[in-house]
Amino acid sequence: MSTETINKEILRGGQFLVKETPCEDIFTPEDFSEEQKMMKESVKEFVDREIWPHKERFEAKDYKLTEEVMRKAGELGLLGIAVPEKYDGLGMGFVTTMLVCDYISGATGSIATAFGAHTGIGTMPITLYGTEEQRQKYVPKLATGEWFGAYCLTEPGAGSDANSGKTKAVLSDDGKYYSLSGQKMWISNAGFCDVMIVFARIEDDKNITGFIVENDPENGISMGEEEKKLGIHSSSTRQVFFNETKVPVENMLAGRGEGFKIAMNALNVGRIKLAAACLDAQRRVIWKATEYANDRVQFKTPIAKFGAIKSKLAEMATNVFVGESASYRAAKNIEDRISIRESQGNSHQEAELKGVEEYAIECSILKVAVSEDIQNCSDEGIQIFGGMGFSADTPMEAAWRDARISRIYEGTNEINRMLAVGMLVKKAMKGHVDLLNPAQEVAKELMGIPSFDTPDFSETLSEEKAMVAKLKKVFLMVAGSAVQKFGPDLEQHQQLLLASADILIEIYMAESAILRAEKTSKNNGANAEYQVAMAKLYLYHAVDIVTQKAKEGIVSFAEGDEQKMMLVGLKRFTKYQNMPNVVALRNKIAEKVTAENTYPF
Amino acid sequence: MKILVCISHVPDTTSKINFTDGDTKFDTNGVQFVINPNDEFGLTRAMWFKEKQGASVHVVNVGGPETEPTLRKALAIGADEAIRVNTPATDGYSVAKQLANVVKEGGYDLVIGGRESIDYNGGMVPGMVAKMLDANFVNTCINLEVEGDSATAIREIDGGKETIKTKLPLVVGGQKGLVEESDLRIPNMRGIMQARSKPLHVKEPVDANAETNTNSFEKPAPKGDVKLVDSVDELVNLLHNEAKVI
Repeated sequence: MSTETINKEILRGGQFLVKETPCEDIFTPEDFSEEQKMMKESVKEFVDREIWPHKERFEAKDYKLTEEVMRKAGELGLLGIAVPEKYDGLGMGFVTTMLVCDYISGATGSIATAFGAHTGIGTMPITLYGTEEQRQKYVPKLATGEWFGAYCLTEPGAGSDANSGKTKAVLSDDGKYYSLSGQKMWISNAGFCDVMIVFARIEDDKNITGFIVENDPENGISMGEEEKKLGIHSSSTRQVFFNETKVPVENMLAGRGEGFKIAMNALNVGRIKLAAACLDAQRRVIWKATEYANDRVQFKTPIAKFGAIKSKLAEMATNVFVGESASYRAAKNIEDRISIRESQGNSHQEAELKGVEEYAIECSILKVAVSEDIQNCSDEGIQIFGGMGFSADTPMEAAWRDARISRIYEGTNEINRMLAVGMLVKKAMKGHVDLLNPAQEVAKELMGIPSFDTPDFSETLSEEKAMVAKLKKVFLMVAGSAVQKFGPDLEQHQQLLLASADILIEIYMAESAILRAEKTSKNNGANAEYQVAMAKLYLYHAVDIVTQKAKEGIVSFAEGDEQKMMLVGLKRFTKYQNMPNVVALRNKIAEKVTAENTYPF
Repeated sequence: MKILVCISHVPDTTSKINFTDGDTKFDTNGVQFVINPNDEFGLTRAMWFKEKQGASVHVVNVGGPETEPTLRKALAIGADEAIRVNTPATDGYSVAKQLANVVKEGGYDLVIGGRESIDYNGGMVPGMVAKMLDANFVNTCINLEVEGDSATAIREIDGGKETIKTKLPLVVGGQKGLVEESDLRIPNMRGIMQARSKPLHVKEPVDANAETNTNSFEKPAPKGDVKLVDSVDELVNLLHNEAKVI
């Protein structure tokens, strides 16, 4: 375990909304250990040598190459990072797992997907839910890349509603095996997998059940053709058909009817890792776009010198900086929570499951935010390349196509938005996060007379921190009133949930960036001034989004005086004392990016 | 066979080079450091000797604590032990003297260094070490085999190759060819974890005064704009009066 210190006071999942986090308490990429840095360099070297030079082959649907690269990743130990040493893995902590996921994903979405499907949802359910015999039998082979895994949940009629699958599992008369029949679709790694986690329903059970199924064409398993997809061209994606496939009873994963829980927990981990997997893709887009902008001369000037391009590069760099800040902050929270649980006597499996589940809200937030960042980043990447960006000869075109799936898999961004708010409300109901009292405080504040004092914002980022605290009040005001108004029916008001989720997301992302920049400033770290600029730039946009979404929410359920009061409150909670000079911030950030000719932060 | 691989801690070739203190000091700010590529070819060949012939491989660097990540990388690649001589690497002579002392104390049969480091490109250290140890020396070595106490080395010479048979102890100035670029190893995750528990000895330096001093650095002039000329006369004029090459 790479956990050096365990901060027992770490925030629980969702508590960021009602508690202030000191910057010293968050983990940032500046805190990577020497060993983690070396692992990062190794992964980057691997990508530069084995993946990046073959981009064309990946785009030409060379599935064999994906398999070959995955095998090499296994030799390098990358597939066993999160697997306990007992099962031939490296037993590294959650932060290191995220780090590998981040940097292996930079060159092509095909490998990012194959890697994620294998290590995350393909291997992890056995590591976490398998019996000792199941783990001994399958995990070492998966951790070393001798075997590859796939995860069969989705069906033609069961997508977001995953528990509605029609695949059946029927117990044999002698009670020795289950016979699986049904159709699964969008199965990543299907073309070369050796073992699959398959979800099926036994009799008329309310919930589905998980099974470990070895891929054997003689056993009633057949595959559809490779799907023709918009992006991730070399990720093998096929339908998988089961026709009375015999699965020994000892291959049932966890208990009968536990499948839905497994599926959901696997997705929690999958979501935060997907966020990591969208980070290096952005860094590479920025690197290539900056090189191009520095080289490309129009009107006798490198286009990187034009404000229009500077604006893009600054926003792109800022988003990846913010994404990193929030992803590694949450990753370390999870790692610490796992260690705390282990120290309390939980098994590693139990601790890991509960540790990730604790931060399911943050996992959903990150999945949404960072998957949308890579989409915007690659889109602006094309724009910087101009006409060339539209050509498949430049790396932007594939990056743009590959980015698109990230908003869909591991739960669509819409589902994740609603989940994030839904889970928070549930936590509040259970008393795990106290939203009620802070919400009442805000309500009181709305009725009271606002303070006309001028706060002292001379300390770096102090105004920004105060602004985040105010944005939290906006969320409590909007979501708190909505819960009061609709109670359990709130989940029927999807547009309101989506708007609330956007507020929640902006708060978490902006706060993470501000705390990272503050920590770097206090430590006199490299690039502190640029980190501060990026935190300020991000917050400026966050305030706008929060204002817009809150307005939409308030008007949807409040009328008359109540509406008026909340709109006045919103204005108060989103007001800057010193409006940031966004143009100057962007210029500062962009000039650093173009001087270093890459994403340098 | 005991092999010592000398590892220089050098800036990555893509680093932007700047100088401070009135162009007298190299500015290491924001510079990524790597194993000197010529040394890495040697290290990879040494790993081959380790795996095929059971050699033990130590790595050494002369430098401050900031060079330790580079030594750890060599350990992660597979070297058994590392030594850091705790003094800044000032000039070729003083570095060679420190290295020669490490070789004497450690009783190595084969010393592999790069034919030159890619930062200052002095290219003198392996030769000096050989002289100080009174050992055999092969420079610009592109292939190396060892059988008992005999070594066969191929070195690159102008327009061809030279095969040399010699005896251990031997000092080699290595380069690409000892192994190919595709043979270079990426430290695997297990190796990185094992590197943590491998010994990294810090040795205090022996007396060795630098014999040379760097007074100042100068960057090459930036590339000018391309000038298109219409006539041969103008070209001759520019070459003669502006570029001053004819």
